[in-house]
Amino acid sequence: MLNKLTIKQAREGLKNKDFSSVELTKACLDRIRQTDEKLNVFVTLTENEALKNAEAADKILAFQGDSLEAKPLLGIPIAVKDNFSTLGIRTTASANVLDDYIPPFDSTVVKKLKEAGMVLLGKTNMDAWAHGSSTETSDYGPTRNPWNTDYLPGGSSGGSAASVAANQTIAAIGSETAGSIRQPASWCGVVGLKPTYGRVSRYGVVAMGSSLDSPGPITKTVEDSALILEVLAGKDGMDATTSPLPISKYASKLNLDIKNLVIGISDEYFTGVDEEVSVAVKHAIEKLEKMGAKIERIKLFDPKYAIDVYTIIQRSEVSSNLARYDGIRYGNDRSYFGEEAKRRIIFGTHALSSGYYDQYYNKASQVRSVIIEDFKKAFQKVNVIIAPTSPSLALPVGSTKDTAMFGELADVLVEPSSIAGLSGINIPVGFSKSGLPIGMQIIGPQFAEEIVIQTAHKYEIETSNEDWRQNEPNLT
Amino acid sequence: MNKYTPVIGLEVHVELKTKSKMFCGCSADYFGQKPNTHTCPVCLGLPGALPVPNKKAIEWCIMIGQALNCTIPLFSKFDRKNYFYPDLAKGYQISQYDKPFCINGFVEIKGVKLNHPEGVNLSSKKKVRITRVHMEEDTGKLIHETINGEKVSLIDFNRSGVPLVEIVTEPDFDNAEDVKEYLQKLQQIVRYLDVSNADMERGDMRLEPNISLRKTHPSPSSSPSGRGQGEGNWELPNYKVEVKNINSFNFVSKAIDFEIKRQTEILDKGETPAQETRGFVESSSSTVSQRSKEDAQDYRYFPEPDIPPLRWTQNYIDGLKKSMPELPSIKRDRFEQEYALSSYDSEILTREKSLADYFENAVIDGKKVNVSSKQIANHIINKKPNIEEILPAQLVQNIIKSSQVAGVDEEKLNEVIEKAIKDNPKAVEDYKKGHENVIMFLVGQVMRSFTQRVDADKIKASLLAKLK
Repeated sequence: MLNKLTIKQAREGLKNKDFSSVELTKACLDRIRQTDEKLNVFVTLTENEALKNAEAADKILAFQGDSLEAKPLLGIPIAVKDNFSTLGIRTTASANVLDDYIPPFDSTVVKKLKEAGMVLLGKTNMDAWAHGSSTETSDYGPTRNPWNTDYLPGGSSGGSAASVAANQTIAAIGSETAGSIRQPASWCGVVGLKPTYGRVSRYGVVAMGSSLDSPGPITKTVEDSALILEVLAGKDGMDATTSPLPISKYASKLNLDIKNLVIGISDEYFTGVDEEVSVAVKHAIEKLEKMGAKIERIKLFDPKYAIDVYTIIQRSEVSSNLARYDGIRYGNDRSYFGEEAKRRIIFGTHALSSGYYDQYYNKASQVRSVIIEDFKKAFQKVNVIIAPTSPSLALPVGSTKDTAMFGELADVLVEPSSIAGLSGINIPVGFSKSGLPIGMQIIGPQFAEEIVIQTAHKYEIETSNEDWRQNEPNLT
Repeated sequence: MNKYTPVIGLEVHVELKTKSKMFCGCSADYFGQKPNTHTCPVCLGLPGALPVPNKKAIEWCIMIGQALNCTIPLFSKFDRKNYFYPDLAKGYQISQYDKPFCINGFVEIKGVKLNHPEGVNLSSKKKVRITRVHMEEDTGKLIHETINGEKVSLIDFNRSGVPLVEIVTEPDFDNAEDVKEYLQKLQQIVRYLDVSNADMERGDMRLEPNISLRKTHPSPSSSPSGRGQGEGNWELPNYKVEVKNINSFNFVSKAIDFEIKRQTEILDKGETPAQETRGFVESSSSTVSQRSKEDAQDYRYFPEPDIPPLRWTQNYIDGLKKSMPELPSIKRDRFEQEYALSSYDSEILTREKSLADYFENAVIDGKKVNVSSKQIANHIINKKPNIEEILPAQLVQNIIKSSQVAGVDEEKLNEVIEKAIKDNPKAVEDYKKGHENVIMFLVGQVMRSFTQRVDADKIKASLLAKLK
């Protein structure tokens, strides 16, 4: 079944002419047709576009043997989260305000993916405006978790994560403000890489938390994530916050001499965590130790303190970023905002208002610096920090109703590293008794994606024979 | 004696003539263009668009600050000023709040010599303190029209994102004439730097005065500004009125004078004028209330997260200063010294940089043929030649010609002049009665007696001397 392939496998197959991009794409489209009524992944399915892209890819593959070097994603079907602007293709951020918005430009990420030869399958569902950790607050209904469709996939990149888990696509693109790549990847049992803030351009991504938003890949393997990161990373003249630091050939530097690795473990990241999740992650860390890594107990700032900092800074930036949606130039007017968006706008406006700025936004910014320093100190002693990604397994559909701060509470374990702009990855480490995926996160210093990817890759290949890796979601 | 003394502070916006807008690559040359033809996702505020600062605009802002004797802090940043208006695409304006590019400068103006009500000898030069100079972006333009009988508001985003420099003064002004002089000086500086056309009528220089009145105090000269304004015992009035929509130099005095009169009447009644924004109405030379500043807008300023803060090195800042052209006041002083010109002549020759440069080029050419800088200055000031059409070297030749023509015998000239005076008693009488242009008739009479061309000015001067 071609749709089950990884990017690496698909590239091999296309190169060896085992199959064509059109066949590969059709396999994905068939799977989507089979499963998406249940899963509700796609807000906009671009079937014709996809087949056209695939045909063009096949033409290039036929005539230029080395085209795969210049175009690393040539002919590969990809699903893109619906907050990435796509030229001429509806982009909604799963929000009614943008229900009929068609961007006149491509986001830099999409531009780079196109240049790399991707086949765009469509735009995936998310929490409206990325305001959430469940995809339940989408204005187009929740996406379902492929492992149990009564459960949520996590969010806000829930559509992208579910799509990869269900093998509707070969790989997907998501974005993380605080957890929105890592957490749904954890709930859906796939790999989700959050690059350092400033590593990948935000130009064209519907802005949520401007000082936090980080676009990144959601894939079936760590190597696939490294491949996509190579395509996406780099300074962008359209985004003043992108870093001029050189990018690495991440996919060629996967190997790690694990005996040189020092892993930091902090007890603070295991409190309030589901027993099953905690045990699974601890086992995973033991395996890494057996492989030769050194484990060092460290004391980190309790992640619960990051919740307020994150909530204030993010919602303040949200209240400003959503001000442009007046319905005059494009989209629908403000009366179309959903409950969660309104909540965040009001909260953020209050936190920035005269008389309150000092005790909220200003204070949160100061504590942010403390958190940044805390990590800097820790990374003087360890190379990476490992912890559970989510304090719980996937939660049932309906869990977010009437919970005012669901998102920010669910993301407690990923907020500190997001606030500090660090790089982090989620990899699956097993399943719960109830058949739901368990994920583990590996966090590294800013711009240290290499070591994060290498550690994750090492774990993945050393445990590649574990039984749970044969599990498949039951969707038919 | 005036019961009240005006307290006036100025906010001037100067639009920079950069090629591109402040945060995107669109052309900044919007005047007269077809609406919405200079736009892109960034200046239209489309979802996902991001601002990238225009380096040249920032450098020009800093140079304006340096020309105004400001300190340039080595750390600066942009902030978001949040408010809603249809011509503000993002729902916030990117501006600078607490860390502007330039602070604490000053400008010296001659100042008008009033019969000062407070009756004390004041220094002849006035110092206007510049609080700050910062960068921001312009908004789109709202146009109200009636189309097919329906009243509509149209928005043109060509102007959205054009770089604006805001220059704020302390409330150091107490009369409209000084305000005008300051504006002229500012316009001159900005044109010398070649960073803006600073044309009030085209909207690339905008003035918003803040006007209030305070009770006149007995001894103003000991106040910080030397004019009875500022801190300490010199309490500012507990209200101020902002006036907008002053679109030409001519209207500056009218707007300020109207406001002073209006506020005087209210204060005389024992009331306090409302703290508000008023718009100037050209047709009636008056101001009308626009909105109350009582509930001053809460702009919820916070640092712009899409633009990293800017950190300069002292070297870089010094380099910018060195690259500035010679400023008007310096050039004027130098002309006085170097060319032995009167301050009046020097002022005229340096009013515009193009004329000053022309003069100096002519002096260089003049040196080669023994034509003095004084001759050139006089010629330019009196004859007002078209400097765009006549090259400096040509001008020098013209001067030589006209003075060669004055190579006529002095004695003969005197004779002819005396004769003309004798022969035309009525004309002389008319002249003495006050008909000054009769002198030209007499000059003509003198010239007729010579076959060659004689310098009319020389004749006129001699005639005038004799007629006294």
